[in-house]
Amino acid sequence: MSPTLTAFKALVRKDIALFVRDRRALVVSVLTPIVVAAFFGFLFGGTGSGGNPISRMAVGITDLDDTALTQAVIESLTQDESLAIQVVPEDQARQLVKSGKLRAAIVFPAGFETAATGALVGLGQMPDIKLSYDPSQTMVRPMVAGLLTQHVMQRISRPNFIGSSKPAPFNLVNTAVTTGPRYNSYAHSFAGISIQFILFMGIDAGVTLLLMRQEGMWRRLRAAPLPRAVLLGSRVAGTTLISMMILAVVYLAACLIFGVRIAGSVPGFVMVAIAFSLLAATTGLMISALGRSVGATRGVAMFSVLILVMLGGAWVPSFLFPEWLQQVTEFVPTRWAVDGLDAMTWRGLPLQSAFMPTAILVGWSVLFAAIAVWRFNWEDD
Amino acid sequence: MQLVADHLQKKFGAITAVAGVSFAARPGEVLGLLGPNGAGKSTTISMLAGLTKPDSGSVTIDGVTLGTGADPTKRRLGLVTQEIALLEELPARMNLEFFGGLYGLAGHALAARIAAVLELTSLADRAGDPPNEFSGGMRRRLNIACALLHEPQILLLDEPTVGVDPQSRNAIFETIEVLAGEGRTLIYTTHYMEEVERLCDRIVIIDHGKVLADDTLAGLLASAPVANKLTLTYDLPPDGAALAEITGLPGVIQVDLAGTALSVSATDLGTAAPRVLERLAARGFSCQELTSRRSNLEDVFLALTGRTLRDT
Repeated sequence: MSPTLTAFKALVRKDIALFVRDRRALVVSVLTPIVVAAFFGFLFGGTGSGGNPISRMAVGITDLDDTALTQAVIESLTQDESLAIQVVPEDQARQLVKSGKLRAAIVFPAGFETAATGALVGLGQMPDIKLSYDPSQTMVRPMVAGLLTQHVMQRISRPNFIGSSKPAPFNLVNTAVTTGPRYNSYAHSFAGISIQFILFMGIDAGVTLLLMRQEGMWRRLRAAPLPRAVLLGSRVAGTTLISMMILAVVYLAACLIFGVRIAGSVPGFVMVAIAFSLLAATTGLMISALGRSVGATRGVAMFSVLILVMLGGAWVPSFLFPEWLQQVTEFVPTRWAVDGLDAMTWRGLPLQSAFMPTAILVGWSVLFAAIAVWRFNWEDD
Repeated sequence: MQLVADHLQKKFGAITAVAGVSFAARPGEVLGLLGPNGAGKSTTISMLAGLTKPDSGSVTIDGVTLGTGADPTKRRLGLVTQEIALLEELPARMNLEFFGGLYGLAGHALAARIAAVLELTSLADRAGDPPNEFSGGMRRRLNIACALLHEPQILLLDEPTVGVDPQSRNAIFETIEVLAGEGRTLIYTTHYMEEVERLCDRIVIIDHGKVLADDTLAGLLASAPVANKLTLTYDLPPDGAALAEITGLPGVIQVDLAGTALSVSATDLGTAAPRVLERLAARGFSCQELTSRRSNLEDVFLALTGRTLRDT
């Protein structure tokens, strides 16, 4: 084996030995993402097997009409699994919405049944249903309006209200569509949270290099007859391997404890994992090249990673973002890491679906590495 | 192997750290680089180790110019950094395996070298313990051991005894003497004149990035306008006539009086002391206390720069 390769191996082995030797840091590096991902996974629906009940929206109803139709609609709304209906007086309903205890309040006016059935066959004016809602819950208004329309139409179109009319001309059959198994929200949360914590580890690797400069270790490494590519390349290789180890252990826990499955391509999953680990390592290298003081560098880097992780959809799926922001996040590498891991786990997509995320992650890694090499200060110890 | 520094110059922005430093270190010789903090010793060592590229001038090892980066000539050098640069959480043996690996050592060759340096630095019985459980002196010794694994013929020691107790310092000195006895070239930087006086065959005094003197200890003491000092305390201050007589004695360079304390600088204390005592006794002055001090590197540095090493 050539002396240079021996040196490269010694440098990589040293990084791994230091990581493994620090038992407390090792446990934190692995346990923290598992615990946080488990929490987020539980919040967003768990395994989807019915073990974690859906959170119902609290909605108040005031029935000023008190007729067979309004009572039937209220009964129908009460049976809807998305809603928690409370029948309350109008003033109280508004007060509960104001205080945040109800998400919305519906008021059926007096004469609703007569006016609504007449309007349905073209006689008279349409009645108004008042819908009050909490402005902080932007998704509530369209959801409640939709559900209300559905239930009113289902009831009003029955023969006992408009004689010869027929029930709604369709049945809505809901099917969760993935090519993989039943959706498991743990799969998404483990992808996002693993990415966050591995990027934190990448920052630590970068900051460690700054500390090595301060403590004279970097001088000592440079005293050896080694090319710069070996000194920097071994840092990237060591951090990449450590990232892959963390990902492997975290996903093993995800599979064994939380039922996450790599329902897509296993080679595709490995490809995305390697590409992302490389990204974490080159992020750390770039930080060590751009940073000066340890404290300031760590602070700025942590902030940047949190922004990247947030925009990448690691905390909240990116499809909930406004459309313009979704477009912006296509330029964020973490988005591709999350999407790539999602694709290979719960979405169950084939190997080809891993190519684009892998290529983009490798592209960003090359860019970060190039910046690191360009900006690295070799002489200032 | 001979190391030659030839007109080394290095600037950092507007500050000139090293301004034309030249000297040569020969095999089996311990060359001391003596100077106060900030004199340019560490920058000079950085250039000698191939860490920093000089703005001008060169470093050659047996006639081969030393470069930076992956220059194979660096294999002939070992650097003991001023900072204790160790992997504090890993056992001493793993530290040695790591530093040996950097120079391409592996397998039996590495194991043999590790055994040898542990023996040399008297750390064999602590090889399984991490440096963060060592005393300051043991950590310094391991720091030296890490630089010896690849058997460098030239060893650069940058203030290797900072913060160690006297016992460990002596152990380090013994190691250095063994290495010099094996014919290696050693360059030793320090701002402790006592270390230089004990260890170094030749001394290069540096200040403000320039070489002020380059000679053996005896040569420096002989060439610099410095003297041995005799201090006498009398019951009464000697009068002007007495001072004039003392000043005129052979070998007396200077006489100063502060209260009742008389300070006499002389080229040879053995000759001057009895004469001074005799002449003043004859004039009725009674000596209460007498001290003498041989001139040293501190005096040489003071004579060359107008400052003491510890003032700076």
